[in-house]
Amino acid sequence: MKNFFKKFYLGIILVFLYVPIVVLICQSFNAGKSRAKWEGFSFRWYGELFQNASIMNALWVTVSIAVIATIIATVLGTLAAIGIYSMKKRPQAVMMTITNLPNTMPDIVTGISLMLLFIFAKVDRGYFTMVLAHITFDVPYVVLSVMPKLKQMNKHTCEAALDLGATPGYALTHVIVPECRQGIVTGALLAFTLSLDDFTISYFTTSPLVQNLSTLIYSATKLGISPVYYALSSLMFVVLLVLLLIVNRRTAETKA
Amino acid sequence: MYNVSLPWWSYALMGAGLVVFLGLLTLSVKRNHGVKRSLFASPYILWMILFTLLPCVLIAYYALTDGSGQLTLDNFRAFWDSNHIMRENMRAVAGDEVAATIPRGSVNVDTLVYSLWMAFLCTAISLLLGYPAALFMADRHMKLGSTLVVLFIIPMWMNFLLRTIAWMSLLEDNGLINAFLEWIGVGKVQLMYNQGAVLLGMVYNFLPFMVFPIYTSLSKMDPKLGEAAMDLGCNEAKTLLKVTIPLSVPGIISGITMVFMPSVTTFFIPRVLGGGSTQMFGDLIETTFLTAGDWNLGSALSLIMMVLILISLSILRKADPNGEGGGIA
Repeated sequence: MKNFFKKFYLGIILVFLYVPIVVLICQSFNAGKSRAKWEGFSFRWYGELFQNASIMNALWVTVSIAVIATIIATVLGTLAAIGIYSMKKRPQAVMMTITNLPNTMPDIVTGISLMLLFIFAKVDRGYFTMVLAHITFDVPYVVLSVMPKLKQMNKHTCEAALDLGATPGYALTHVIVPECRQGIVTGALLAFTLSLDDFTISYFTTSPLVQNLSTLIYSATKLGISPVYYALSSLMFVVLLVLLLIVNRRTAETKA
Repeated sequence: MYNVSLPWWSYALMGAGLVVFLGLLTLSVKRNHGVKRSLFASPYILWMILFTLLPCVLIAYYALTDGSGQLTLDNFRAFWDSNHIMRENMRAVAGDEVAATIPRGSVNVDTLVYSLWMAFLCTAISLLLGYPAALFMADRHMKLGSTLVVLFIIPMWMNFLLRTIAWMSLLEDNGLINAFLEWIGVGKVQLMYNQGAVLLGMVYNFLPFMVFPIYTSLSKMDPKLGEAAMDLGCNEAKTLLKVTIPLSVPGIISGITMVFMPSVTTFFIPRVLGGGSTQMFGDLIETTFLTAGDWNLGSALSLIMMVLILISLSILRKADPNGEGGGIA
């Protein structure tokens, strides 16, 4: 009885979380344009999706920025974590405080402060500034996911490699990086998803001419949103779900 | 494809930065000892100075100056009294007496208080809904934990704006909920464009941020502690109150921070679900910057919000000195 109640409660919370998503996916198959009326099943919006130039362009901007920002942020953040890890106690604490700073800043302040910086430096806002902004909010997450792996690492492994004749560079690529590979992958994935999903910071650091999906959706809400966007988000949702299942399957296999 | 037009010195700066970094990197790799490895952090330090610290300084600079770059506290006065500038103009034109008749405009302060109140409500509701959920998820007898974590994460992959928009089709006058209410004979109810709708949207979007940290700290807890309390004569309610909840305080605090912060500053949710009926502080900052174009006042507002958040964070940190709460997962 008690277990039933617990499951029932969790069920209700999950229904609350999933209802809007289910509604959205249903509406993407609605033949009509109205949100309220069901006018029959159709793939109309999926067809229109691929013909919509501004959405396709925004998709390209979103994905390419996420890839670029993730790569740069991962390299920068991993190097930074290794550097910070080998610092003395005091500078290490200072660096960690600075790393945690963007976490405690609300997105809107981060976005606005970067906007002010770009205006101040007379850099036109657009694709390039959006990449810079995305790298900026991604890097601390990479540092924070690599750091614990470094701390778990046995300090003597690296020294042993050096004693056995490895150059510091060799020790870095063959001992340290493999040891914290898991943290690097986690950080990269986190950076990628954050970058894909970001609205607020992108909104302030781009111009209306270069839109990512979130800012495009935002400007579309002002005019009344078309079901094409429902089709888009349903597709993205399914793709991400399949990706997760594949990753899960693979990790399960490697474990077994 | 995209026109990137930068001033010449920015290329020079980037080039110089790259050269310096590569130089430092070869230097640190050639050295025999690991100590110099700390230089690996140098590009990151540079990046953080340029893109995190400098922008913060800029906000402070704009907040403390007026349009012509003069040092002033007028922006903070304008925050306290939104009629300040109008009154000063009036004083110049019509003299002190007329100026004195203009009352204090409290729009900005009211918006801040309202946002804090809404964020408080959202955090409280999320805690009340989320704590039992986390508790049941962490229940070892049910063996549901990891599956449920995934089920809680999946909705967050739907674009946050679209998830919020999806609520519109449920709540609007011709929406699904109203259709249902009409069908059972209750009749239509105005569900959108009010405080309740905004609150619902906020709780919906931020609830997982409350559940995860609490779940993490609960599942780290040694189940023997609860069993011991029961053996020593506590009933279940007392075990929950005296053992489980105190041990999950770090998770609760981390959850509160992760829900409270975005809910004070959100500007999309009130705009879509509140339909402009209620303005929140994030909303105000955005309009001050982009619609009114008043960067100085906007910066002052941002600064005030940042300070408020830092203060509340430091209070919360006191309750969780080791930062055990952790983040997501």
